[in-house]
Amino acid sequence: MKSFRWSIPLAIFVVLVAFLWIGLGRDPREVPSPLIGKPAPAFTLAKLHAPNETLSASDLKGKVWLLNVWASWCVSCREEHPLLVQLAKANIVPVFGLNYKDDPQAGRDWLAKNGDPYTASIVDRDGRVGIDYGVYGVPETFLIDKSGTIRYKQIGPITPQALQEKILPLVRELQQ
Amino acid sequence: MIRTLTAAAFLLIAPLVWAGKMEPAAQSGSAALDARLKRLETELRCLVCQNQTLADSNADLAEDLRREVRELAVSGKSDDEIRGYLVARYGDFVLYNPPVKPTTWLLWFGPFALAVGGAGLWWVILRRRARMATSTPSDSSDTQARGRELLNNDDE
Repeated sequence: MKSFRWSIPLAIFVVLVAFLWIGLGRDPREVPSPLIGKPAPAFTLAKLHAPNETLSASDLKGKVWLLNVWASWCVSCREEHPLLVQLAKANIVPVFGLNYKDDPQAGRDWLAKNGDPYTASIVDRDGRVGIDYGVYGVPETFLIDKSGTIRYKQIGPITPQALQEKILPLVRELQQ
Repeated sequence: MIRTLTAAAFLLIAPLVWAGKMEPAAQSGSAALDARLKRLETELRCLVCQNQTLADSNADLAEDLRREVRELAVSGKSDDEIRGYLVARYGDFVLYNPPVKPTTWLLWFGPFALAVGGAGLWWVILRRRARMATSTPSDSSDTQARGRELLNNDDE
């Protein structure tokens, strides 16, 4: 009975520490997207480099593709950009860019300077498609499968670790 | 003195100037619609500055979402439909008042469970103490002698 007595506060303490420890390790800015496992929202938008042509989400059915939300004003986009350029060179998965709330000319200039990894970029001038995709912090990247379902979302810049451990394995699995 | 008065005057005028500046953006629609939007926006979280409501935030996204909420309201959508629209895109996190469902049970009922558990524990302890107090033989001369002895020992 006596040993049981102090074990209760100890158990409460351990549970509390576990909760706080897990809480410390989590990034409150990463809000899980309700869109994972749901069909990618439809869009039809003009291409950045060919304003007379449009691209729709439905054009990409049957393909595994990445949708990378970027902007020339976005600072952390510079951080992930070399990785995207590398990924495009490796030719593993097509990357489409959503030029989010940006001046198209500034966007084109930015790509000319930093390299263009995108199969095509599309222009979301007023951010409406961004809202449909639940974008709240650029950059964000969505992985969409052959049936047009969102399978993964990266919030913030893609890190080499996220690319190697999560995105690429999932791409390979989905491409089969 | 004059300085203080001027400062006070500026402070009084400042909100008016602000109000004048804000007016054009919010002018479309009736006062009832504005009031409804205001109420709705104070229930919704801005995802960029997470501790601000959509109504308070100056973030770019909050501005866009306010525009979206207004357009939905003008097109005749109900408050629930508007909330649903945002939850479908950003998850329950946009609501300051999260819905009751299995994943939020701990959040909703946890504090009550803790209170009930604590009250139960408290009651058990009190009862045990009461029982101990009544069942302790305090008038046995043996114990009294032993107590005196212990007290004396303590003094040394």
